[in-house]
Amino acid sequence: MIALLFATLRTATPLLLAGLGGMFSERGGVVNLALEGILLTGAFTAATVSYYTGSATAGVLAAILAGALIAGLHALMSLKFRVDQVVSGVAINMLAMGLTEFLMWIFFDSGSNSPRVDGFSSPEALSGILTEVPILTICALLAVPIAAWVLFRTRFGLRLRSVGEHPEAADSLGIRVHLVQLQGVLLSGVLAGAGGAFLSLNAHYFVKNMSAGRGYIALAALIFGKWHPGGVLAATLLFGFTESLQGHLHISWLPVRFVQMLPYVLTMVALVGVIGRSKGPLALGRLFVKD
Amino acid sequence: MKRMILLLMFVALCGLACGSSSEGERGAQSDDNLKVGMVFDIGGKGDRSFNDSAYRGLIQAKEEFGITAVEFEPGQDSDREQGLRKLADRGFDLVIGVGFLFTESIRKVATDYPDIHFAIVDGRIEGMSNVASLTFREEEGCFLVGAQAALKSETGVIGFIGGMKGDLIKRFLTGYSAGALAVRPDIRILSNYAGLTPTAFSDPVKGKELALSQIGQGADVIFHASGTTGNGVIEAAREKGVLAIGVDSNQNHMAPGTMLTSMEKRVDRAVYTTIKRLVQGSFQGGFNEFGLETGHLGYSLDEHNRDLLTPRLCAVADSLAAEIAAGRITVPRK
Repeated sequence: MIALLFATLRTATPLLLAGLGGMFSERGGVVNLALEGILLTGAFTAATVSYYTGSATAGVLAAILAGALIAGLHALMSLKFRVDQVVSGVAINMLAMGLTEFLMWIFFDSGSNSPRVDGFSSPEALSGILTEVPILTICALLAVPIAAWVLFRTRFGLRLRSVGEHPEAADSLGIRVHLVQLQGVLLSGVLAGAGGAFLSLNAHYFVKNMSAGRGYIALAALIFGKWHPGGVLAATLLFGFTESLQGHLHISWLPVRFVQMLPYVLTMVALVGVIGRSKGPLALGRLFVKD
Repeated sequence: MKRMILLLMFVALCGLACGSSSEGERGAQSDDNLKVGMVFDIGGKGDRSFNDSAYRGLIQAKEEFGITAVEFEPGQDSDREQGLRKLADRGFDLVIGVGFLFTESIRKVATDYPDIHFAIVDGRIEGMSNVASLTFREEEGCFLVGAQAALKSETGVIGFIGGMKGDLIKRFLTGYSAGALAVRPDIRILSNYAGLTPTAFSDPVKGKELALSQIGQGADVIFHASGTTGNGVIEAAREKGVLAIGVDSNQNHMAPGTMLTSMEKRVDRAVYTTIKRLVQGSFQGGFNEFGLETGHLGYSLDEHNRDLLTPRLCAVADSLAAEIAAGRITVPRK
């Protein structure tokens, strides 16, 4: 049973990091479909950098940087050039798919996967729990209270929420709306980039398209979790749990197809409000244009 | 207007990034050479498994017969048919689709280009004289590694992890189970699939989790038939100090000391034979099925696993192989 708990935590890690990232972007009013592409780019960067430097830490830092860069591109497209936020997000996901594969040919002469990378090795003294729960999983869990504190207890958090709810009002108070939104989007890149690093460092390989839709599931978790850090944690743990169940229990009456559909069904249930209506920031997806 | 133009430029850039990555052309063009094109499956060239095996056959034929070989890697599902059509359009003599996912696309394109030869690996296309279907009796090879896994296991529990759920991968499991039960009737076999879509062949994160869960339930030898998802399976086995069995290509080198053996499916030989027949002018359309007795399936033994795969395990597998070839054992397919 404890093994199932650990599996849940590991499976939830990339979803949680991407979900928290998405929260910072969307609380500021910017829809972020690019999470999928950021995860993939982060995974590629972490594997490549740690392959060449031999350091997993360097890989994670580079993945965070790459994530912020891709997120910055999303912010540039949607805030500066006024491209529809959904369109920009989808375009970035396509770009990430093509770009990572293209770069894989350049760095590794393979369209399929990278060479093996070492990843994090757990220190002997802590080997008990750390072999089951990777360091990035612990970081992801710690990120939840920190994200809550930033969002609800700091000046930046207040401004972010206000531009997400009513950018005109925020603007009239002298808040630079687009700057605050940019910061929110960049934060989403930082967090989702780290989530990508978890994918490739934990599997010890980068594999083409290895994000496998996890960015979209993170978005579903964000909605199901009502754009709230605690909610996102609960939702990603639930999705991680249903996903892990498949390997741990051989239940014939619970079809795999149903389990895989579950995150999306739950999201829709949350949207129509069966268990407490889920409502996003008021100005979500609407571009603020200063007169 | 400015926004539209920027958007268009952005989309074009994305297209460029996808397009440029998907096609690699190698080999000098010359008109009198036979031209053979190969389109890869999910996972792609460099997977150290299924696609690489097919690629080795292409390269061997290229070196031996001086054909012009061109590879194409579809970026997304929808590019599969387009890739085939493009090669057919350019007047290739033979176009090879690697993987059952190509079955429908090849059927369509081959109908439109009756003068061009096609081959499909792992798919069955009936009634077309210009299409050679190259299929394997995977269950026979899996039977051997299943027997080896069962005899090697100390816990009496062995595992199987498949990629996308479906008839093809099911056959791997059926053969593996039958082989294990044949030599050790009390063996327990755990099995999981990584998913229901083609991405199940390229999700090592999922593969690792499934393997960890099987190891948690006592499995100490795990066979994977899951493309690059299997990289994660092998990593889990390495982490927990149990054994893994590779698939399609010889994967022993990926984790010496962890790999008990690999179930080799010699797609390279099938591809090579098909090209050879084309060169000799004796291309055969229809079903070409390959099995154990022609050496298209088997287990790998090399310097990386010699310590693990004992002579006794090899002897058992060899005698089982002889019985299968002689028809005394029939390995179930379903």
